[in-house]
Amino acid sequence: MSNTGIQVSHLQKFFRKRKGFLRSRSTEVHALKDISFEVAEGETYGLLGPNGSGKSTLIRVLATLLVPDAGEVRLLGHRIPGEEQAVRRKIGRVSVDAAFYKKLSARENLLYSALLYGMDAKSAERRAMEILEELGLEQEKFTDPLEEMSRGMQQKVAITRALLINPPLLLLDEPTTGLDPKSKRDVQTFLERLRSEHGTTILLTSHDMAETERLCARIGFIAQGSLIAEGTADELKRQSNAASLDDAFIALAGVALDENGKSANGNGASEKK
Amino acid sequence: MEQVLRQTWAFLFRDLHLTRRYMSWVIVFTFYAIVNTATIALIGVALGDRRLTLMLILGALLWNFLSVLFSEIANSITYERWEGTLEYTFMAPVSRLTHLAGVSMFVVFYSVVRTAIIIAALMLFIDLDLSRANVGGILVVLAVSSVAFIGLGLMAAVLPVFSPERGAEATNIFQGILLLVSGVYYPIEVLPRWLQPLSYISPATYALSACRKLMGIGQGAAEPVQTAGAPLSEVTHELLVLALMGAVMIPLGLYVFALVEGWAKRTGKLKRTG
Ligand SMILES: Nc1ncnc2c1ncn2[C@@H]1O[C@H](COP(=O)(O)OP(=O)(O)OP(=O)(O)O)[C@@H](O)[C@H]1O
Ligand SMILES: [Mg+2]
Repeated sequence: MSNTGIQVSHLQKFFRKRKGFLRSRSTEVHALKDISFEVAEGETYGLLGPNGSGKSTLIRVLATLLVPDAGEVRLLGHRIPGEEQAVRRKIGRVSVDAAFYKKLSARENLLYSALLYGMDAKSAERRAMEILEELGLEQEKFTDPLEEMSRGMQQKVAITRALLINPPLLLLDEPTTGLDPKSKRDVQTFLERLRSEHGTTILLTSHDMAETERLCARIGFIAQGSLIAEGTADELKRQSNAASLDDAFIALAGVALDENGKSANGNGASEKK
Repeated sequence: MEQVLRQTWAFLFRDLHLTRRYMSWVIVFTFYAIVNTATIALIGVALGDRRLTLMLILGALLWNFLSVLFSEIANSITYERWEGTLEYTFMAPVSRLTHLAGVSMFVVFYSVVRTAIIIAALMLFIDLDLSRANVGGILVVLAVSSVAFIGLGLMAAVLPVFSPERGAEATNIFQGILLLVSGVYYPIEVLPRWLQPLSYISPATYALSACRKLMGIGQGAAEPVQTAGAPLSEVTHELLVLALMGAVMIPLGLYVFALVEGWAKRTGKLKRTG
């Protein structure tokens, strides 16, 4: 068996929300309920789940931005909680929102990020240009303020930021949301190349079935904070006698993928007093 | 080592470019600070009181310098929260010490340049004679008091992690209290008695007192308006207090910061969207 890239065991995360007069009442959201799964080194693993199912929360825990309430994670052998600093050197992350200094140019934003990781500015700039070109962003855009770019362009800069540091592990939270079909394909091709040439381990969340099927060797279904099924796309379809991943999700989770987790029938995100 | 230098440079690089992109605001704020300093100084000129004029100029300049130092450091995290980049800074393999040192270094540079511009502009309004002042000594006092103010800034910087709006509000209130109790434009004795204890815990009080002596501003009516600036040895008391405050406030600031950062990561307060 190959080495483990990501190993998640019995992960739990609660959020407390204060409500009511003087914020006296508080409700608890159980965002991750005893999640366990493994991703081999060099494998691409996809997480599918409706809004609010806990995908971003899981990615934030792996990115050392959230401390889990219980359970453990190992990323390329490094433990969370415990070895966050070592983990940070190994991960790149793309989130749904392209978080940048909007007044700064792509070049300035990317160089700032590269310097934060201790890279040399010259080689970082060269590498950034290469990646942006492969993702299909024109060179002239490099010096434009981010606020003048479309959402899709910003997303490409965000992907470049994550790849710039050559991370052996990539956490991609809906990386292609907002991209046009051509740009989506550019990103997907790039990710495939990254995996085959550099053996990058990738954890990907997406609402795009076709993308998930194309990129991910294995897929996990997540609903209301629980991992309810996992396997290759074919296994998941066979398991549920479904023709598509969409149908497989409905059959296995009891809710549609595009349905909000917090549905009125009390079926949704489990909140308790 | 090279790694740490690059990481420190990352924050200087970022803040230099942000300042460049927000240059029109920087100019507006500096313009306002010049006008503010000049109008305060002209109160003394109008009264024909040279001692008062000197007191007011010194107070305005010092307050400008220290308050910018404090507020820029205090607001640095607010900016990152607004932009949504805070998660990315916290995800990077950079120690909090390097992060905050980088931010503070830029702010010191920015405040020094800004104060120099204000002094230059002030010369157009008032003939400012610094020839008898102990300028070297004043710079030493400024350097030592900067450390204490950086520490205060660090403690305030973490407030926006709780809440961006509440954090900015608290920073302004705190800055206002410092201005009130430190005797920037008046001797602290004129404050109500119940406020005076606060004066003794504000580093600005000591910075002002030391700088007045080093400028050679006479204390009582019996003394000449301006004598030669005192030597540094006459302000050792103030320097010691300031150094002690810095030595306590910097580690305390870092500690408070780490505490709140840990809390934010447990409760999910870093999150913006997604
Ligand atoms: N920082 C936070 N504070 C409080 N509650 C949170 C926080 N982050 C997530 N939650 C809650 O945890 C649950 C899971 O949210 P999460 O963002 O992980 O979902 P998601 O699967 O990424 O959804 P989407 O597809 O919309 O991105 C939701 O009920 C959400 O409200
Ligand atoms: Mg999400």
